[in-house]
Amino acid sequence: MARPGGGPSRDLYAELVRTGPGAAVAQRLGLPRPAVLRRHADGQPLLAGPALVLTTGGEPSVFRTREAGGALASVLRGAGAHLVERAEADGARLGAVVVDATGAARVDDLAALGLALGPAVRRLGPSARVVVVGPAPGSAGDPEAAAVAQGLEGVVRTVGKELRAGATANLLRLAPGAGAAEVAGPLLFLVSARSAFVDGQVVEVAAAEGLPAPVAAPLDGALAVVTGAARGIGRATAQVLARQGARVVAVDVPAASADLAATANAVRGHALALDVTAADAPQRLVEHLGAHLGAGGDRRLVLVHNAGITRDRLLVNLDAARWDAVLGVNLAAPLRLTSALLEAGLLGEGARVVGVSSTSGLAGNRGQANYAASKAGVAGWVRALDPQLAAAGATANAVAPGFVETEMTARIPPLLRQLGRRTASLQQGGRPVDVAEAVAWLAEPASAGVRGQVVRVCGQALVGA
Amino acid sequence: MAPAPSPSAHLRSAVVVAADRTPFSRTGRAYARASSQDLLTAALDGLAARTGLAGERLGTVVAGAVLRHSRDLNITREAVLSSALAPTTPTTDLAMACATGLEAAVIVSNAIRVGQVESGIAGGADSASDAPLAVGDDLRRTALAVRGARSAPARVRALARLRPSALRVEAPRNAEPRTGLSMGEHAALTAAAWGVSRQAQDALAARSHHALARAWDDGFFDDLVTGYLGLHRDDVLRPSTSVEALAALGPVFGDTMTAGNSTPLTDGAAVVLLASEEWAAQRSLRPLARVVDAESAAVDFVTGTDGLLTAPVYAMPRLLDRIGWTLQDADVLEVHEAFASTVLATLAAWESEQFCAERLGRPALGAVDRSRLNPLGSSLATGHPFAATGGRVLATAAKQLHQIAAQREQQHGPGAPKPRALLSVCAAGGQGVVMALEAL
Repeated sequence: MARPGGGPSRDLYAELVRTGPGAAVAQRLGLPRPAVLRRHADGQPLLAGPALVLTTGGEPSVFRTREAGGALASVLRGAGAHLVERAEADGARLGAVVVDATGAARVDDLAALGLALGPAVRRLGPSARVVVVGPAPGSAGDPEAAAVAQGLEGVVRTVGKELRAGATANLLRLAPGAGAAEVAGPLLFLVSARSAFVDGQVVEVAAAEGLPAPVAAPLDGALAVVTGAARGIGRATAQVLARQGARVVAVDVPAASADLAATANAVRGHALALDVTAADAPQRLVEHLGAHLGAGGDRRLVLVHNAGITRDRLLVNLDAARWDAVLGVNLAAPLRLTSALLEAGLLGEGARVVGVSSTSGLAGNRGQANYAASKAGVAGWVRALDPQLAAAGATANAVAPGFVETEMTARIPPLLRQLGRRTASLQQGGRPVDVAEAVAWLAEPASAGVRGQVVRVCGQALVGA
Repeated sequence: MAPAPSPSAHLRSAVVVAADRTPFSRTGRAYARASSQDLLTAALDGLAARTGLAGERLGTVVAGAVLRHSRDLNITREAVLSSALAPTTPTTDLAMACATGLEAAVIVSNAIRVGQVESGIAGGADSASDAPLAVGDDLRRTALAVRGARSAPARVRALARLRPSALRVEAPRNAEPRTGLSMGEHAALTAAAWGVSRQAQDALAARSHHALARAWDDGFFDDLVTGYLGLHRDDVLRPSTSVEALAALGPVFGDTMTAGNSTPLTDGAAVVLLASEEWAAQRSLRPLARVVDAESAAVDFVTGTDGLLTAPVYAMPRLLDRIGWTLQDADVLEVHEAFASTVLATLAAWESEQFCAERLGRPALGAVDRSRLNPLGSSLATGHPFAATGGRVLATAAKQLHQIAAQREQQHGPGAPKPRALLSVCAAGGQGVVMALEAL
C-alpha cells in the first residue's frame, strides 16, 4: 500500500565487496560476497550454459522415454537449452543440472543421487540451477519410498546452502498422475533467470487436465488485477504480468493515485483507485472487471492480492487499531474480494488467485504479531481456497517474499537489514521483480499443476524455512 | 410541453466517457514549481491510466491555459507529447478565458457529433503560481533592437537608449483591458445592481465548502481525480468553515464581497474524455452522460449595459429554447462560482419577470430548487484554475447524472426518466458558455 517515501533500500555492502579493494578485503576475511544474480532480460537464452539431465534411482521413472535423457530433457530442449551427456572437467560451465529422481524409492538411491550430483555441481557456472524432480512422500504406501522422497528435500536444501555465485537448488515433487505436461512449466521457471531469488524451495506438482505447453507470452488473453500496484512489488508485478502478455488493472488507494497512474501507463493498463478495505470495494471491483472481462472475449482473470501494510509493535503494545488495520488490508480484503469475484462467476476456467504471504509471517517476527498473523493466514487461506476453485479450472497459490529491497524494508533498522540480507543462501536481498516473476509464473496456464501452495521468494533465507 | 426537436437532433451522440483532474491548489502552495504544461500533462496521464489509453491515438485533444508564457505557443501539443498518449494524437490550443475548458468540450463534442472524430479530450490548465512575467514595452523594444543591431557599437547605442524606468516587470493582471476594473470590482457592480446580500453570499460559500467536503469523504472524486506532487485533495477546501467565520471577513470588492465568498487564485488542470458511443463500447468504457447541446453568449459590459460575468444569463435561455427544456428540468444545475455574488445575480436575473421581459424578451426562467444547484460544491470550495474549471464542472455534472440515473433505475426500473444537467461558466471579456447534459 502507498506510503510517501524515500525509495527502496540499497545494499551498500554488496556494492562495496563486488569490486576493487572491497572485494579483496572481503575475500581475505572470508566475508560474504553476494553475486550479481542473473535475471530475466528480453531475448536472453533460457540458460547461461548447457544443461545436464541425470536420472537416479531404478525403474520406474515417470520421465523415461525413448528419447535421450527422457521427457525432462525434451522439455528443456524444446525451450532452447543445449544438453550435454556428462559434466566434463574441461567443458563449458553448466547452466543447469536437472535430476530425474522420480524413480528413487530405496535408501541407496539417496547416496546414488548425491554421488551423481557431486561432479555436476563442481562444474556449475554462475547463477546455475539445480532442479531435482522427485516423487511426493506419501504418494506410495511404501514407508521406505516415503523416507527417500522426504530425504530428497534434505539433499536439495543442503545443496542450496552450499552453492555459490548465485546458483540455486529447488525440488519439484510429483503427485501421482502428474507427468511431463504438469512439470514442464514449473521446471522451465526454476531453471530460468526468472527464478533468480527462488532457492531451497519445494514445490508440489499435481495432475492437471488440458495443460498447454509453455509459450513465450503465456499471459496473452489474461486480465490481471494487482492490488497495491502503485509502488514496490506491486508495480513490478504489474510490469512482469504485462511483459508476459496480460492486460493489467492496477489497483491502489486513492492517496497513491499519482504513482498508480504511472504504473498503469507504464504497462498500458488500467488504473483503478480503490481502497480494498472499503465496504463497496468488492462490488466496485466486480463491476469494473465485469465490463472488461465481458467485452474482452474469453479473457481469464488473474487476481494478485499484493496490497499489504505493516503496523509494528511488540505484542504487548499492539492495540486494536493496529491489529484491525493490518488484518483488514492483508487478510480480510483478499478474502472478501475473492469471494465476491467467485460469486460473480469471474473466477472461471484458467483463473488464478495469487496471495502474497511473507517469510516473516511463516516464521514469526519480533514486533509483527499482527503482520505475521495476516501473512501466515494467507498461506492457510490459499490452501483451503484452491480446492474450491478446482471445479472451475482455477487455482490459488501464494508467494512468500523474504527480504526484498523495497520502501517497506528500507524502514527496517540497519543492522537487522544487513542480517536479513546476509543470512540468506544468496547473501543478499531480493528485488521486487523477483517476487513478480514468481507471481507471473503461478499465473501461467502451464502452472495448473501447482495448487494451494506457498512458494517462498527469499534466496533461501534462514528464517521461515 | 413537448420538447421541440433540436436542430442538431439528427447528429449522433457525443458522450462523456471519463475525466481526470489534479487536485486544485491555492497558488504558491503544492504546485508552486509546476507549470501549466506540467499540470495538463499530469491530468492527461491520469485520464490515460484510468481509461487504459496509454499509447492510443485519440481523434483530438483541445485544451488551453489562460495565463500563458510566450513559450507556451503549443501547450496542448507539448503536454500530449509528454503524456502517455500516442504522439500521433493531434491537438488544438484554445483560449476563451475562464470558459476555455467548457468551450473545448463543446468543440470536441461537436467534432464527434458530426463524425469527424471518434474520440477526443477537452480540458485546460492554469498555474497562477507559474504566471508569466513580461518586461515593459520599452525594455522589450530595446532588446529586440539590440538583437537586430549588426555591430557592437550599434548594440551599445541601442542599449544606451534604455532608461531605468524601463526595467519594470509586468505581471498579468486580473483586470479588464477596456475598463481597468478587476474582475472582482466588476462582480461587485453586478452584486450591487441586483442587491445581492452579504449573508446570501456567505451562505452560498459555506454550503459550497460543506458539500465539496462531503463529496470528497464519500469518495466521489476517487475516479475523477489523480493526486499530483503529494496533493490528494483540493487544498482551497475548508470543510470546517461556517457562515459565522465567513461573516467575520472584511470586504475586498464593494461592500459585500470578501476573500471568503470570492474564488482565490488557484493552480490545477482538468480533462474530460468524450467519444462516440461506439468507440466507448469497443473499449468497454461505460459513458457517464450525453452532451445534448451548448450555447455561448457575450455581453456589452464595457458600456455598463450588462455585468461582466452575466453572459450565461443570456446563453441559458437560448439553449433551453433550442432544446425545449426549462431551467427546472435540470436535476443538476452547475453554475461556476467565480464569486458567490455572480451565481446569486445570475439566478436573480432568471427569476426576474421584469429583466427577462425587457432584456430577454421572454417570460422569466423561474426559480431553481437550491438543492439542485452545485450539489457537490463549486469553485468557491475547489478553487478556480481558469482553464481547468470547465473540465471540472463537466466531469462533476456527468458523474452526478450517472449516479442519479442508477438510483432512479433501482427505484423505478429501466423506464425512469433520464436525469438532466445544465452547466454554466462565465468568463472574462463578458463571455459565457452553457451546456446541456443528459444521463445515458
